[in-house]
Amino acid sequence: MWQFVLKRLLHLIPILLGVSLLTFLLMSMTPGDYYTALENNPQITPQKLIELRAKWHLDQPWHVQYYHWLKNALQGDLGYSMAYKVAATELIGSRLWNTFLLSFVATIITWAVAVPLGIWAAVKKDSWVDRLCAGIAFLGLSIPEVLLALLALLFAYATGWFPVGGAQSPLHDTMNGWEQFRDRCHHLLLPAVVLAASSLAGIMRQMRSNLLDTLRAEYVTAARAKGLSEGWVVYKHALRNAINPLLTIFGYSLAGLLSGAFIVENIMAWPGLGRLTLEALSAKDYPLVVATVVMATGLLVAGNFVADILLAWSDPRIRLKE
Amino acid sequence: MSAPIDTTNNPEARRPRTPWQLFWERLRRRRFALAGAWVLVGLYAMALFASFVAPGNPERQDRERFFHPPTVPRIQGWWLVVPRYEQTKGGPFVYKARVDDVKPVRFFVRGDPHKLLWMIPTTVHLFGTGEANHPILLFGTDQFGRDIFARILYGSQVSLSIGLVGIALSFSFGMLIGGASGYVGGKADTLVMRLCELIMSIPGLYLILSLRATFPPKLSSTHVYLLIVVILSFVGWASMARVIRGMALSLRERQFVLAARALGVPAWRIIVRHILPNTLSYVIVAATLSVPYYILGEVVLSYLSVGIQEPDASWGNMLTAAQNTEHLQSYPWLLAPGAAIFVTVLAFNFLGDGLRDAADTKSN
Repeated sequence: MWQFVLKRLLHLIPILLGVSLLTFLLMSMTPGDYYTALENNPQITPQKLIELRAKWHLDQPWHVQYYHWLKNALQGDLGYSMAYKVAATELIGSRLWNTFLLSFVATIITWAVAVPLGIWAAVKKDSWVDRLCAGIAFLGLSIPEVLLALLALLFAYATGWFPVGGAQSPLHDTMNGWEQFRDRCHHLLLPAVVLAASSLAGIMRQMRSNLLDTLRAEYVTAARAKGLSEGWVVYKHALRNAINPLLTIFGYSLAGLLSGAFIVENIMAWPGLGRLTLEALSAKDYPLVVATVVMATGLLVAGNFVADILLAWSDPRIRLKE
Repeated sequence: MSAPIDTTNNPEARRPRTPWQLFWERLRRRRFALAGAWVLVGLYAMALFASFVAPGNPERQDRERFFHPPTVPRIQGWWLVVPRYEQTKGGPFVYKARVDDVKPVRFFVRGDPHKLLWMIPTTVHLFGTGEANHPILLFGTDQFGRDIFARILYGSQVSLSIGLVGIALSFSFGMLIGGASGYVGGKADTLVMRLCELIMSIPGLYLILSLRATFPPKLSSTHVYLLIVVILSFVGWASMARVIRGMALSLRERQFVLAARALGVPAWRIIVRHILPNTLSYVIVAATLSVPYYILGEVVLSYLSVGIQEPDASWGNMLTAAQNTEHLQSYPWLLAPGAAIFVTVLAFNFLGDGLRDAADTKSN
C-alpha cells in the first residue's frame, strides 16, 4: 500500500512541472505585460519601466524566466504579484482555502443527496420515484451553472434569506468566533448548493445503474434465496459493491467541479482561486496567473490522488496491479 | 386470420437487419430522444433563417422602450392581436398594456431589410404588425431597448454552430491522434498520452481563460468565434484521444487488422479505414453529449466579456445584462437567453442519451 501511495505521489511531480511550464509558455505568448498599461503614465519614466522589467526578468526570454521562477518555486516562493505588490503565495493562501471549502462542501452536499436518491431510484425501479429522479437528473444535467448561479442570486436578492454574493459580511471582523462561523456558513451555503446541483445528476444516475447491476448479480440472488430480508440484501450485500465504482467517478468529477467553482466564484463573488485568476489575467499580472493555475491544478491532482488512494484501499486488486 | 408467411422460399424475409437498421429501430422507440431531435431541428432551422424569423434588426436600439416587457398576444374575435405597451408615469420603465390599442398579428409582413441566408436581400419577416410603433417583442427588450427575441435568434447562430464546428474539429483531431497513438504504440504513444494527461489535469476553465489571454482582448466577432472554437477544441480533444487510443489498442490485435497488415496495407490506411470506423458508434454518442460543452464554453467566455463582443449578439454576452440583480428582479425576461441555453442543452442530452441506449446492444 505504501509503495502504491509513493508511486502515485511521484506521478504528481511531472504533471505539476508540465503545467507550470505550459502556463509560463502561454503567458509569455500573451501580448504586453503588467507594465504595458503604465507606459502611457507620464509620472513613470521609460528608464524606470526598464528597471522594473529587469527586476522581474521580464526583459529576458521565457525559458530564462521559467528557470528563475522554478528555482524560487522549489523554495516555496511562487513569484511576486505585480498588481497587488505582495508575494503570490500570500494572496493565494486564503483564495485556495475558499475554493477548497466551496468544492468540499459542494461535494458533501452532492454525495449526501445523490447517493440516497440513486439507491431509492434503483430499489423502486420503474416507479414514479425512479421517473421523478430521472427527470430531476436530466434537468440538473442540462441547466447551465451560469444560469443556476444567476437564479440563485435572484433568489437571494428577492427573499433576503441569503447574502447576495461574497464570502463574509462587512462586519465579520467585529464578530466573535461563533458568529463568524455562522456568518461564513450563511455565505457559503448558496454557492455550494449551486455547485452541488450540477454534479448531483451524474452521480445519482451512476449510483442507480451501479446498484441495478449488482442487484442482478448471482450472489444477490443467492442471498435472497437464503431468505434474507430485502433491506438486508440491498444494504448489506449489494450496496457495498455498488459504491466502489463511484470512487472512480469521484476522481473524474473533480475537474468539472473546479471548472464549476470557477463559474460560481465569478458570478456569486466568492473570493476563490477562479476569481483571482480572472482578476490577474485582466491585470496582466502573469506571475499571479501562473501561481493560481498551478495551484488549481494542484487541487485537482491532489483530489485525484485521494480518489486513487481510496480506490486502492477499498479494492486490493488495484494495489496489486501496479 | 392471415396465412403464415413462408420464409423458406423468400430470401428477402430472412435477410438479417444491418446494425444500423437495428440502431434506428431502437432509437425510434425512444420518445424523448426523438423529441430532443425535433426540438433541435426546429432550433437549427430558426437559426438558419434567423433574420427572417426575427421581427426586426437585433441591433436597433429603441429609446422609447428600455426594459419593455414581453408582448402577450391574445385572441380577439377571429384575430390574434397584440396590445401596444405604454410607459406609465409611475416609475422608470414600468409599462402597461393598452387594451384599446391592439393590432392583429400578420404574417409575412414588410419590415427591416435583411439578407435571407446571408444572400437574398428582402424586407419580408415571418410575423409582425407592420407598424414600427407597434412592435411585437416576444421576450421583451434589454437595457438598450433591443428586441431580446431577435437577439436570441441571432445569438443562436453562434451558439448552435459553435458546438458542431467544435465537435468536428476536436473529434477529428482526437480520433486521428488517438487512433494513431494506439495503433503505433511505443514512445510516441507514451508522449501523446502524457500530453493528454497534462491538458486534462488543468481544470478546464483555468486553461481556457489562460489560452484566451494569449490573444488580444478586442477582436472582431468572427475572429473571436474562430478563436473560441480552436481553444475549446484544444482542451477537448485530449479526452477523446484517450478513449479512442484505448479502443485502438484492442482493435489492432483483432484479426481483420492483422489481415490488413499481412496484405501490406499502409498504417495510416489501416487507422483511417479499419480502426476508426469501428469506434464510430461510440464517437457519435460522445459527440452528441459533448456539444453542450462547446455551447457552455462560449457562454462562459462571452459572459466574462472575453468572447463575442457587443453589439453582436450571443447567448453568453446577453446574460451579462442579467448580472445586475436589481435589474433581474424587475425585468426577469433578461434571463430568456438562459432559458434558450437550457432548452438546447436539454435537447442535446435527450438525444445523446437515446443514441447511447440505442447504440448499446448488450443491455437489450
